[in-house]
Amino acid sequence: MRGRHKRLVIVAVGVALLAAAVGLILSAFRENLVFFITPSEVAAGKAQVGQFFRVGGLVERGSLRREEDGVTVYFRITDTVHGLTVVYRGALPDLFAEGQGAVAEGVLRADGVMEAKRVLAKHDETYMPPEAAAAVEQAKRAAQSMKE
Amino acid sequence: MLAEWGQVALAVAAVVAGLQAVLGLAGAERGWSAWMTAARRAAVAQAVLLGIAFGLLVVLFLKSDFSVRLVASHSTTVTPWYYRMTASWGNHEGSMLLWATALAGWGAAVAGGSSSLTATMRARVVGILGLVSVGFLLFLMLTSNPFERLVPPPAEGRDLNPLLQDPGMILHPPLLYMGYVGTAVAFAFAIAALLTGRLDAAWSRWARPWALTAWVFLTLGIVVGSWWAYYELGWGGWWFWDPVENAALIPWLVMTAFLHSVIVTEKRDAFRAWTVLLAIAAFALSLLGTFLVRSGVITSVHAFATDPTRGLFILGLLAITVGASLALFAWRAPTLSGGGGFNWGAREATLLVNNVLLSVAAASVLLGTVYPLLVEALGGGKLSVGEPYYVAVFVPLMAPAVLLMGIAPFLRWKGDDWRRVGKTIGVDLLVAAGGALAIVGGWGNGSWRAWLGLSLALWVFASSGRLLWRRLVGERREREEKGRSVRVRWRETPAGWWGMWLAHLGVGVFIVGVTVLGALERRLDVKMVPGGSTMLADYRFVFQGVEEVAGPNYKAQRATIEVWQGDRQVAQLRPEKRDYYFSTMPMTEAAIDSTLWRDLYVSLGEPLEGGAWVVVLFYKPMVFFIWLGPLLMAVGGVLAALDRRYRLMGSRGERSKMGIS
Repeated sequence: MRGRHKRLVIVAVGVALLAAAVGLILSAFRENLVFFITPSEVAAGKAQVGQFFRVGGLVERGSLRREEDGVTVYFRITDTVHGLTVVYRGALPDLFAEGQGAVAEGVLRADGVMEAKRVLAKHDETYMPPEAAAAVEQAKRAAQSMKE
Repeated sequence: MLAEWGQVALAVAAVVAGLQAVLGLAGAERGWSAWMTAARRAAVAQAVLLGIAFGLLVVLFLKSDFSVRLVASHSTTVTPWYYRMTASWGNHEGSMLLWATALAGWGAAVAGGSSSLTATMRARVVGILGLVSVGFLLFLMLTSNPFERLVPPPAEGRDLNPLLQDPGMILHPPLLYMGYVGTAVAFAFAIAALLTGRLDAAWSRWARPWALTAWVFLTLGIVVGSWWAYYELGWGGWWFWDPVENAALIPWLVMTAFLHSVIVTEKRDAFRAWTVLLAIAAFALSLLGTFLVRSGVITSVHAFATDPTRGLFILGLLAITVGASLALFAWRAPTLSGGGGFNWGAREATLLVNNVLLSVAAASVLLGTVYPLLVEALGGGKLSVGEPYYVAVFVPLMAPAVLLMGIAPFLRWKGDDWRRVGKTIGVDLLVAAGGALAIVGGWGNGSWRAWLGLSLALWVFASSGRLLWRRLVGERREREEKGRSVRVRWRETPAGWWGMWLAHLGVGVFIVGVTVLGALERRLDVKMVPGGSTMLADYRFVFQGVEEVAGPNYKAQRATIEVWQGDRQVAQLRPEKRDYYFSTMPMTEAAIDSTLWRDLYVSLGEPLEGGAWVVVLFYKPMVFFIWLGPLLMAVGGVLAALDRRYRLMGSRGERSKMGIS
């Protein structure tokens, strides 16, 4: 009887541990979901100050500006309707260029500028990051429906 | 003509694979030995045919035959010959042909190289591998024909993605594919066991060396891929929790669980159904990995294909494989149950917990990888899962697994007294935790995470040392009783034991690397003017300016950066920014000075006015340990796979003793 009792305790402990593991996984999961928000959606107030999110679109022509230190860059990511100013400290990826698609990941500051932790450009010349393409597509559709 | 011969070889291979499946499975069912022999010959023939097809593709690339679409779109006449060769698998079609060739190679190896298996078992395994081959060869011929012609042929081809023009690319895909595909062998063994309705210690001894070999390839493939990403992508990271990386990590975790579970099946005749399920899961997850990487649902350097029919085809194969094997499992698994008893105080209990932890870890990585895809497919918008999720989940799951890893080898099978083991282990644990506290305290910026990591690593080293001592020298009482010298004990120690010991030591080495790098790494993105210098850690980086140099198929801006420590020059680094002639895509080529204890890593950002550049500098302490650890695991895997106990099993009349039909 003692053996069976002991076994029961151990099974219960095991189940509790497994439940704890699942709980840990799901809460870590929920906290670390990074949403993709287009520049137009940011303009509409969909991103909160302090929120970590991704934004994608085209790097607006003529918007790339570099501070004196050489590594702090400002640029605007646009979906052709609205734009979002992004500040990033560090080397930009190889294929980052004005007029090209890019994705930035970071936190929205109170002054409406995104402080990017990471900037992604496309992997090769024939392809645009799908998130950037989606943002432009979505903005075009929105503009179309407004005209009509 | 060569392309047409390649096509013919592919088609014939598909027919032969079909024969292999039918002859093997039907022959085993009916006990017709002529059919079973024919199935084995078919497996060898299929491997030869696919070897020819793949060889022809390589020849077409080497000859720059631009009348073949694949060659025209992935190589040029000025691409160096070795990258023309690797270009044959640096694309979707060629890599899938490599996949199929590797699979056929495994089939031929089982057919020709496992004489210890019973004829029926071998025929079944070969037959199931044939069935898998049929699926993949159909996929190749229907959706991804590597030998497709291009009319009219262009005068010059389009170059291979410059990222893939790298020595790492010669090794990474074949290794990873051998690993991916090798899970098919474990899968075939599992299905054969279900068909036979018998799964016992002998089965485990057969399946283990094959699974180990696949696991070694998978490990090496992941290591080379990580190393490649580290020096080639120029971001200086070694793991990004990118879905493509996860696609290889998930089957690796499951295979690792399988390798531990199959030990219990062998020694204690328990966990049978679970072992079979793991083998099925590992293969299914390899297929899922192939789907994720190849279908274009994930965008990365690996996503060559964006043709949705290909994705659907692989998804179909996956559905059929999983559906059929789970149905078979549900039907036959009850016949597998039973076997030895189970004791919570014994070694098998630690292996059970290890399996649960590894499986949960695999599931959590799978969740993070697939969830964004599902949400998007269901129209829920785009999102991604951040790196902190994986860290938050992985550390608490793997820490207890590593803790148990240091205990399990001291526990006896069947039943043990934890108090017996607890005394010695408690000392090791205290030493490890205290030592880690002292070291991390000395760093000045230690975190609890660094302490935990270092404690675990020291714990692994301490228990490895104790284990080795036990094995070779032993406790005095025991030594006096048995009177065996160290040399005798050395000779008596089986290769499998050394494999276990080295692989576990590798885990410790890996943890040291990750922990030290995480705590002490330094990065600086800085503007550097010619002649200017900047400090990082205790190194002084002097920027000597940039010159233009020409490569075979590119021209490059090459910087010269001297690194000084005190008044001693330790390195001269030459990072490059390359422009390939046949691509508008610039490429950053990082320069690294490596020693065992640290890497100095420099990559070029953008040019600024006045000859100045944005330069990224890294000081990476002990980063090499991150790859050294898995390399030790792989060496351990090789030793274990070569263990004579498994190779010779059944060949000395033990087959009848084991009662295998």
